[in-house]
Amino acid sequence: MLTESTIEKLRILTESAKYDVSCSSSGTVRSGKKGMVGNTVGGVGICHSFADDGRCISLLKVMLTNYCMYDCAYCVNRRTNDIKRATLSVSELEEIVMEFYRRNYIEGLFLSSGVVRNPDYTMERLVRIAKDLRTIHRFNGYIHLKSIPGASRELVNEAGLYADRMSVNIEIPKEESLKLLAPEKDHKSVYQPMKFIMQGVLENKEDRKHLKHVPRFVPAGQSTQMIVGATAETDKDILTLSSALYGQPTMRRVYYSGYVSVNTYDPRLPILKQPPLVRENRLYQADWLMRFYQFKVDEIVDDAHEQLDLDVDPKLAWALRHPEQFPVDINKDDYERILRVPGIGVKSALLIVNSRRFNRITSYHLKKMGVVMKKAKYFITCGELTNLFSGPIIGVNEIQPERLRPLLLSSKQKKEMNERKQLTFDFGD
Amino acid sequence: MIVYTFDRTLNGLLSAVFDAFSLHEMPEALLGAGDPLPLFYDRIHEVVTDEEKAHRVWTGLEKKLSSRGLHVISVSYLSELKELDIHLFKYICKVFKYTGALSLERNFSDEDVLFCTNTCRRVHHEALRMKQFLRFQKALDGTYLGVIHPDQNVLPLVIEHFQDRFNDQCFLIFDARRKYGYYYDKQAITRITFAEGQALPFDLETGKMDEQLLAENDKIFQVLWKTYFKAICIKERLNPKKQAGDMPRRYWKYMTEKQ
Ligand code: SF4
Repeated sequence: MLTESTIEKLRILTESAKYDVSCSSSGTVRSGKKGMVGNTVGGVGICHSFADDGRCISLLKVMLTNYCMYDCAYCVNRRTNDIKRATLSVSELEEIVMEFYRRNYIEGLFLSSGVVRNPDYTMERLVRIAKDLRTIHRFNGYIHLKSIPGASRELVNEAGLYADRMSVNIEIPKEESLKLLAPEKDHKSVYQPMKFIMQGVLENKEDRKHLKHVPRFVPAGQSTQMIVGATAETDKDILTLSSALYGQPTMRRVYYSGYVSVNTYDPRLPILKQPPLVRENRLYQADWLMRFYQFKVDEIVDDAHEQLDLDVDPKLAWALRHPEQFPVDINKDDYERILRVPGIGVKSALLIVNSRRFNRITSYHLKKMGVVMKKAKYFITCGELTNLFSGPIIGVNEIQPERLRPLLLSSKQKKEMNERKQLTFDFGD
Repeated sequence: MIVYTFDRTLNGLLSAVFDAFSLHEMPEALLGAGDPLPLFYDRIHEVVTDEEKAHRVWTGLEKKLSSRGLHVISVSYLSELKELDIHLFKYICKVFKYTGALSLERNFSDEDVLFCTNTCRRVHHEALRMKQFLRFQKALDGTYLGVIHPDQNVLPLVIEHFQDRFNDQCFLIFDARRKYGYYYDKQAITRITFAEGQALPFDLETGKMDEQLLAENDKIFQVLWKTYFKAICIKERLNPKKQAGDMPRRYWKYMTEKQ
């Protein structure tokens, strides 16, 4: 039975879990089953609410306990911090999950935990809850389990039978920085469980080829997170690692978490007045380009451009560095090239290639299709662009990138950019 | 100028297409019966909704369009948008007149095709919002109640999702704007309305169930959920603009965490 103390525990353990960015319930399509409650919808999942910080709430993101024997400098839950500690009982947590789910508050559970006693002891509790939810409560919704660094392969394998997604956070891209801030951790403790998950998924795929009734193992793959701005790593370091991670067959999402100065007293960490939100947003945009716009990481960052441009989005930044790629002919060029035009997104690019088989596309059509002409017009030719925009085409090559750049940054836009510092994934398409 | 009037049902619109083809004419306006008429017009034709005619037009469409194309027609219609009528009408006429080898439904440089496609997309967006933002309260008898107020008539689009997800719980989802709902009793879905003057078991304005009908544990879960909602926010990152963009204020009135 739940009481007043449950409310306080939930508050404490949510506060402790909130810096983990991952929230999505994506990647699995599983329809309802007789005798069970829940389904998962695939695609990008469902966000059930948006908190006052604008972040999506899809899963109940909570820690089982925030007691921790480790002392990671960047974490509120580190053992030397004097914060309120709490532990939810297994039955309390399970009841909250089921009752929240039945009220359509959440898509499921994202469970993590501080490390108590040892990694396996902790991991065992997490697995137990996932197992209970599936087998006793007949829960068919989404489960995301954090894999505790250092947990054994057996436990990871068992967890994978009940979880849709698993994650191990890298947190710090370079091992020397990680060791400095989290003396009890090293890259092996992170990459080892990642490897276990990957092997589990791949072996399961093999098994399912022969035996259809073998249950799926972590069907939504894995995700990870890197903290941005707590250490000296450049955007190039971060994105190069992301790109390598996406090269693994089971890595679905890399999240970026602008560092919130939680432990200001620790001299190893910078004191930031504000989390680096613009930078974080640019990293997400760059990530988006790699996943959906067929950009390679070295097109976005290289030795000459180790940090992303904070003033313009990475797609526009690329275009300004590569005037020789333009203009793109809307009526002739490939889908991939059209996708590279600033102001044109996946949606409008698809509309364009479908429609141009019927008639020539003009800027009138482009506007109707949702193309941001203010940006795009410098990078394209189409039906009658010359007539409508008075005289010959004035594009990126005529104006020159250095002079075009400020034109694309109206003061209003600059202001907006500062206000909308967060995880918005739009390129103004 | 020829004006058609019809009853603003999909069958009515399909009947209008049938009439236009049999009369060999193309109306410039398609209005709901009783709508104000334009100042100048030559002739009014009053379309009589005829299931048989509508059926023939639909069968014709089935031969010409992919299932996606048909989907755009039936879903965009749920928008109840007046402006859609003439676009949809012209779109359907064009489909029948088109003799090319491509599939017309993908010509988004055509105003009517684009309008219907965008409307369809908007309806789906509203449907998604119901899946996101609907909140159930649990009644003493175990029935879950969710009240919604969608801009478009999307309840028929989302009911299957809720049935699939909550197949072992009884629920009632009620559209407070259109005053009808669907009740699921773990077996089947029934459409329900409340008679004029009949007492509702909930407040139409707030969506809240009458206190004495509420299951005894419902309050604590509402409190827990509100607690969670507050605690998950990172104060250093407050961003009300993004919040209102992703979760527009008009949905807040029925949402537990915002009440
Ligand atoms: S192990 Fe996890 S919970 Fe514990 S201090 Fe490190 S990051 Fe925080």
